[in-house]
Amino acid sequence: MTAYLRQFGTAFRFLAVATVLLGVFYPLVMFGVGQAVASAQANGSIARLNGQPAASTLLVQAVPETETRFFFPRPSAVKWDSTTSGASNLGPSDPALSKAESAARAAVAAREGVAESAVPLDAVTASGSGLDPDISPAYAELQVPRVAKGTGLSADDLRKMVSEATSNPVLSLLGQPAVNTTKLNLAIAARLK
Amino acid sequence: MQFSFLSFITQIAILIVALGAVHQPLGAYLAKVADGEGHRPFERWIYKAAGVGPDSAQTWKAYARSVVALSAAGVILLYVGQRVQPLLSGGQIAGVDPWVAMNTAISFITNTNWQSYTPESTVGFVIQMAFLAVQNFVSAAVGIAIAFALVRGFARKGTDSLGNFWVDMTRITFRVLLPLAALAAAVLVVAGVVQNFWPTAVTNPLTGVSQTIPGGPVASQEAIKILGTNGGGYFNANSAHPFENPNAFTNLFEVFLLLAIPFSLPYTFGRMVGSRKQGFTILTVMAALWIITTSLMAWAVAAWPSLGEGLEQRFGPAASGIFATATTLTSTGAVNAAHDSLPPLAGGIAMFDMMLGEVAPGGVGSGLYGMLILAIVAVFLGGLMVGRTPEYLGKKIQARHMTLAALYLLVTPVLVLVLTGAAVLIPSVVADAPAPGPHQFSELLYAFTSATNNNGSAFAGISASDPIISSLINVAMWLGRVLPMVLVLALAGCFAKQEPIPPSPGTLPTYGPLFAGLLGTVAVLFSALNYFPALALGPIAEGTLR
Repeated sequence: MTAYLRQFGTAFRFLAVATVLLGVFYPLVMFGVGQAVASAQANGSIARLNGQPAASTLLVQAVPETETRFFFPRPSAVKWDSTTSGASNLGPSDPALSKAESAARAAVAAREGVAESAVPLDAVTASGSGLDPDISPAYAELQVPRVAKGTGLSADDLRKMVSEATSNPVLSLLGQPAVNTTKLNLAIAARLK
Repeated sequence: MQFSFLSFITQIAILIVALGAVHQPLGAYLAKVADGEGHRPFERWIYKAAGVGPDSAQTWKAYARSVVALSAAGVILLYVGQRVQPLLSGGQIAGVDPWVAMNTAISFITNTNWQSYTPESTVGFVIQMAFLAVQNFVSAAVGIAIAFALVRGFARKGTDSLGNFWVDMTRITFRVLLPLAALAAAVLVVAGVVQNFWPTAVTNPLTGVSQTIPGGPVASQEAIKILGTNGGGYFNANSAHPFENPNAFTNLFEVFLLLAIPFSLPYTFGRMVGSRKQGFTILTVMAALWIITTSLMAWAVAAWPSLGEGLEQRFGPAASGIFATATTLTSTGAVNAAHDSLPPLAGGIAMFDMMLGEVAPGGVGSGLYGMLILAIVAVFLGGLMVGRTPEYLGKKIQARHMTLAALYLLVTPVLVLVLTGAAVLIPSVVADAPAPGPHQFSELLYAFTSATNNNGSAFAGISASDPIISSLINVAMWLGRVLPMVLVLALAGCFAKQEPIPPSPGTLPTYGPLFAGLLGTVAVLFSALNYFPALALGPIAEGTLR
C-alpha cells in the first residue's frame, strides 16, 4: 500500500511538470511560431471586404434563402453557425435522410429552375462539419445562370470567378474539386459595391 | 459525390512512400530512446521535480503499479479540473457536468478520446490545452512505454527488471512526442489550422449579420491528437472541421501522422531484439492488413449510390475512406466525416478494423504489443499444427504465457459483447440510440467496440451523456485499457526472467512469408469468429436492406 501511495505522489508531481511544459509552454511557443510565420492562417484566415473583417475563408457563410445574387453552400446540420459544428449523423438507410434529401432536391431544382435529376448530391447532403464552405463544380455551374440574372454580371465573368474560387489541381486530386462559396460570394459582393 | 479511384491510388502511393521513408529512421530513434544510457540535463530536472530515482529498475509489478497510479492520478486531475472550470476561466465558463466530466477524464487518460461533450460549448482554452491536450501526450507515452517493456522482456534474460516507467515516460514524451508534435503543429498552422486565443467577430456582407469565428490553440492540440493516436477533437466535428483539417493536403498529412509512429515501432522491436527480420515480419502483417482493409473500405464506399451526407466536399469519398480506415485501425478515433452516415458496409468495416484489436498498425505502442500477443498465439498454434516446440525469439512459450496471452485476447471481446448485450437490455440506453432498424444496434455496437478498444470514434447519432450509458462506457474504456496493459506487463515479466534457448531444427521460424501469413490469418480469424454474429445483426443486416 505504501508503495502505491508513493507512486501516487510521483504521479501527481509528474503530471504537474507535464502540465507546465506540455499544457502551457508548448501551446504558447506554437502560438508564437504561428504568429511569426503564418499569422493570417493562425488567426483564422480572415478575409476583409472594404477594410472590414467579413469572413473566414475556411468556414461557410450563411446565404439567406431568398437570395438571388449569391452562390448557395451545402445544407448544414448546424445551420451554418460557426460557433458550433457537427453532422446530421443520420444513418445511410434512415428514412429521415432520404426525406431530407428529396425535400432539398425539390427546393434546389425550383430555385435554380432545373430538373430535379440535374441537382448534384453535394447540394442536398449536409457535410460532416456543418461548416463546409465548398460545393462541387457541378453545383456551382448549376447556380451560374440564376446568379447572373440576380447580379447582372455576365455568366462568363461568373464562371471565371468560380474557377478562381476552385481548389488547385493538386488539392483536387488529393481530395476532390471544390468551389469555395465563401471566397466566391465575397468576390461577387466586392463587384456589386 | 463520386469515388475517385485515381485520387485513392495517389494517396495510398504517397502514404506508402512516406511511411516507408520514415519508419526506419524513426524506429531506430525510438530504439535508441528505449535502450539509451544516461540522462539529459532537463530530464534530470524533471526526475528531481517528480521525485524519481531514474537509475532504479522496476519489476513488472512495480512498473504496473506506476502505470495504474499515473492513470488514476490523471483521472482525478482531469475530473477536478473540469469541475472547477469557473475558477480556471475567470467565471466565464460553467463547470462541466459531473457525469460528463468523469466520462471525459477516463476517456482522455485511456487514449480513447470518446467525446460525450460538445467542446465548443463545454470547455474553454484552459481545459483544452492544460488538461486534455496534456493527456494526449501522456496517454500516448504510456502506450509506447508498455510496448518497450514487453520488447525488453523478449530481449533480456534472467532478470526481474523491465526498466523504469518514469524514465520511459519522460524520454518518450520529451525526446519523441514533443519535438514531433511541434514540427507537425508548425506545418498545420502554415497550412491553415488556427493557433490563437481569441474569437474574431466578422460581419457577413451578404446579410449584414455579425458572425463569430472561433479561435483557440488548435494546431498544437491537433498535432498531438493525431500523432499520439488520441483523436479528441478541439471542435465537435473533429477533423471534419475546417479549422482542424483545412484542406486535402492537411488531410493526407494527418493520415500520415497517425500512422507514422505505429508503423515505425516494428523496426524498433526488431532493433531491440537484435533481429530486424522479426520486426520486418510484424511490419508486413500490419501493412498488409492496412492495405486490405483500406481497399475493402474503398470498395464499400464506391459501391454506394448516394454519397455525400456527412462528407466534406474538399475531401470526398476516397480521402474520407482512407482516413476512416486509418483512424479505426489505430486507436485514434479522429474523424474527417460522419461515420454514422457512412454506407452500411463501410461502417461495418470501420467496426471490424477496431475489432481486429487495433493492431494494423494500432495505437502508438498498443498496436505493437497487441500484434506481439497475436504472434505468441500464432507460434503456439503453428507449433500444435506441425508438432514444433512453440518458442518466440528464443523464449519457450509455456502454459503461463498462453494463459496471459489468452486472457489478453479475451478481455476486449468479452467487454464489447457483454456491455453491448447489457446495453440492448436497458430501455433507457436503447433510447439513447435513436436510429431506426438495424442501425440502432450498429450505433450501440460501435460505441462499445470503440470505447473498449480505446478508439473514440462514434456513430455519433448516439447520445452518450446520460449516467447509465456513460457509466457503461467508462467501464469499457477503463478495463479495456488497464487490464490488457497489466497482462502485457505480467507476460513481459515472465519473459525477462527466462533464459533463451538456442534455435533447433524443431524451431518454427517466426519470420518470413509463411509466419506472416499465419499471423495475419490468426488476427483476422480470431476477430471474425468473435464478432461476426454481432456484425451480422448490425451493419451486415443494414447492408442487405437496399
